[in-house]
Amino acid sequence: MTDAVLQPLENLRAGDNVIRERGQREVFCGLTGIVWMHRKIQDAFFLVVGSRTCAHLIQSAAGVMIFAEPRFATAIIDDRDLAGLADANEELDREVSRLLARRPDIKLLFLVGSCPSEVIKLDLSRAAERLSAQFMPQVRVLNYSGSGIETTFTQGEDACLASLVPEMPASEDRSLLVVGALADVVEDQMQVLFDRMEIGPVSFLPMRHANALPAVGPGTRYLLAQPFLTETAQALDERGASRIASPFPFGEKGTTAWLRAAATDWGVSEKTFDAVTRPARDRATHAVARQRELLAGKRIFFFPDSQLEVPLARFLAEELDMELVEVGTPYLHREHLAEELALLPPETRISEGQDVDKQLDRCMADAPDIVVCGLGLANPLEAEGVTTKWSIELLFTPMHGYEQAGDCAELFARPLRRRGLLAV
Amino acid sequence: MKLTLWTYEGPTHVGAMRVATGMRDLHYVLHAPQGDTYADLLFTMIERRDKRPPVTYTTFQARDLGGDTATLFQDSVRDAYERFKPSAMIVGASCTAELIQDDPGGLAAGLGLPIPVIPLELPSYQRKENWGAAETFYHLVRALAGSNALPPGGKRPPREPGQRPRVNLLGPTALGFRHRDDVREISDMMRALGIDINVIGPMGATPHDLTRIGDADFNIVMYPEIGDTTARWLKRAFDQPMVSTVPIGVGATTQFIKEVAELAGVDPAPALADKQSRLPWYSRSVDSTYLTGKRVFIFGDATHAVAAARVAHEELGFEVVGLGTYSREFARDIRAAAERYGVEPLITDDYLEVEEAVAAAQPEMVLGTQMERHIAKRLGIGCAVISAPMHVQDFPAAHAPQMGYAGANVLFDSWVHPLMMGLEEHLLGMFREDFEFSDDAAPSHLGHFAGNATATTTPTADGNAAVAVVDQASDEPSWLTDAEKELGKIPFFVRGKARRNTERYAREQGVAEISVETLYEAKAHFGR
Repeated sequence: MTDAVLQPLENLRAGDNVIRERGQREVFCGLTGIVWMHRKIQDAFFLVVGSRTCAHLIQSAAGVMIFAEPRFATAIIDDRDLAGLADANEELDREVSRLLARRPDIKLLFLVGSCPSEVIKLDLSRAAERLSAQFMPQVRVLNYSGSGIETTFTQGEDACLASLVPEMPASEDRSLLVVGALADVVEDQMQVLFDRMEIGPVSFLPMRHANALPAVGPGTRYLLAQPFLTETAQALDERGASRIASPFPFGEKGTTAWLRAAATDWGVSEKTFDAVTRPARDRATHAVARQRELLAGKRIFFFPDSQLEVPLARFLAEELDMELVEVGTPYLHREHLAEELALLPPETRISEGQDVDKQLDRCMADAPDIVVCGLGLANPLEAEGVTTKWSIELLFTPMHGYEQAGDCAELFARPLRRRGLLAV
Repeated sequence: MKLTLWTYEGPTHVGAMRVATGMRDLHYVLHAPQGDTYADLLFTMIERRDKRPPVTYTTFQARDLGGDTATLFQDSVRDAYERFKPSAMIVGASCTAELIQDDPGGLAAGLGLPIPVIPLELPSYQRKENWGAAETFYHLVRALAGSNALPPGGKRPPREPGQRPRVNLLGPTALGFRHRDDVREISDMMRALGIDINVIGPMGATPHDLTRIGDADFNIVMYPEIGDTTARWLKRAFDQPMVSTVPIGVGATTQFIKEVAELAGVDPAPALADKQSRLPWYSRSVDSTYLTGKRVFIFGDATHAVAAARVAHEELGFEVVGLGTYSREFARDIRAAAERYGVEPLITDDYLEVEEAVAAAQPEMVLGTQMERHIAKRLGIGCAVISAPMHVQDFPAAHAPQMGYAGANVLFDSWVHPLMMGLEEHLLGMFREDFEFSDDAAPSHLGHFAGNATATTTPTADGNAAVAVVDQASDEPSWLTDAEKELGKIPFFVRGKARRNTERYAREQGVAEISVETLYEAKAHFGR
């Protein structure tokens, strides 16, 4: 099921000819986002209402994190709930009450919908309202869906953030909102740069603590830090906020363009912008250059996974001179990615959706130097002699901004370096 | 609805995947929503398999639910057949697809593929992974070998003169705890006994191999959780007797060899003569004396837990202070074993309950799963892993079976080393307390000083168990300074026991404050 709408070759731009596929999708569902979102909002608890499969997925994705002090769990639906022997809502209320009694540190509880809860049409928004009424002001209860039938991998973060937007206090004041989960250290770096340019006040969504929800309103201008925040952006627009269009802050050039978009909006002079960003830009350029020797000319193939593929491909092509064989993405958001697509080489092969077996055929035929893919595909590809980079690491490693530009490049260089090192 | 943070077993369809992935030339089409493909990484990452599991997922999404998921399923089956050309297929639904009731079996049958297509019904909301694996294997064998079955009540004809005895090894799968190495061990044993292996399954078998499973004279059930259902059917359908003794430990291995030899009508001597187990001598050697009466808590799947209890008790001289399993289907075996060792059986799949039981039993060592390893680490106790669920560490590069005489060596090493490490910690701690050293810092490799286990306030998975431990501690009789000092003079290797016994004595006698007298009264009371 592949169809490509062909455009005339003159005036061709990246994204004009997209391979669209519908077949088996080898991707995580949105529940996976809990693994990094619970680290970010430090007093939030994520309660998946789902099946044993959901619990098993999360423990498989979370690895050893599960043994620490997890602020996530699964309320497993059983045959009694399905047969109507037990009232699923009563059961849920009971489990939530027990949980909150045991965890007085929790200030925000997300009820996270799953495939089974969606299919049996368990109304979690009503449950969240009911429980919020019961537990406010100590605990706010919200809901979103991380189900595989509705969300792909990072879309779980999108759904989670979108559920926060209606809760944000209203404000008419002019402010900048940075949207998308970033490592704390990256947020702090960005805050410093914005402060020096006198852009502000700046707040971040998600916030680190439940009681620190940023305000939003017609004066709010927002910058997306992640390319997968469709629903969140829409919800912010509905609150009167407006998006500052820009490429995403990966690499020296991406970060500069991203900061410049805000600077322009705030009327920061070119001189100030340059003075504030110059030292960090130089450091980033230098750090990225160290990886270029190894990466330049190397051919890279992206399997669809996180929606980070297009911005990262742009960074690798633009700043590291890598050759893009195929850039797969689960979903191509043309509006949010417009600035990115304009920077990609026009002939870039972009694919949207997936038919994993066909894509593997293409990948093997293209024989790229490095493949970015999920954990299910990595070792089988390595066994075929293909060097791989696991895409889930792109969500766990701080990669945004100037000081991480070198790390971001190094993520792709390391597998190649390792392959070069090994004599076995 | 039950709240869980972690599960010992995955869903039923993961059990089916373990069977399919272990076999060759079989393909599994799973009606499942997008996201269920995560299960591939269990095999490619944890087991480091170099191929994707032979599984096609329909990965339906919300937009498909409004349309025709049945056609999507049929297309997936047809495409998978065309691409992979397997010699048989299994088809089924994951938990979500079970709810939409598309009838994968009927839909696949409607395609009229030229290969056997075996439908699986694995109720996801009642059952779990091991049951799913057992059921899948049983349905495969039944579907593929059923037509060769004896008439009801039929007897196996005696073996042709000169024909070597043949056996099936049942139960090993992909993602099984040391299945890879156990199969090699048992296969070597069969060779030594002059017994031919007819089929090993599911691991390594093709659908064609399963059609001739009835040719064997008898079955060995290596892993009852997975092979028992099939073995029972084979007994009825082909009059094949089965050996259910699991050869883990020296005693069980010897017993196993004798049973196998008797069923096969061969001399057990060549396999019994295998001198490679050092466990008996190592266990008798004087430096193992300190293992005597070590308190062990055992938890795992039923097979490994029961076997571990026997080895711990009979072959290492440990005291079993707790025994449990998450395999509800085999709870009876655990109950019987628990009675033998005079402990309460623990049948649960809630790891918080296990954690509480471990803390209460105050063992010196835990034999469990990866979860108990973490529980033990929190409590500052040594631990060895004896059972699934699987972790990348459970696929060592070296040959490390659990079964047979070689397996007994592995058990000795992997169980005794954590205790020796613990001993080293104590020694370091003891020397550190000497006047020459003023360093109060605790030795580190177990996380914190092992002797402090009862006073541990480390946060645990949900904060609950930690509170329980602290609460329990506050009910304890308190130690007067002199008594505490006196306790410090007692050699480190019996100090923990002295503390426990004294506190128990004080509780029993209703003494709230432990004095030096209480300490010695307790010593006299318990005679040690």
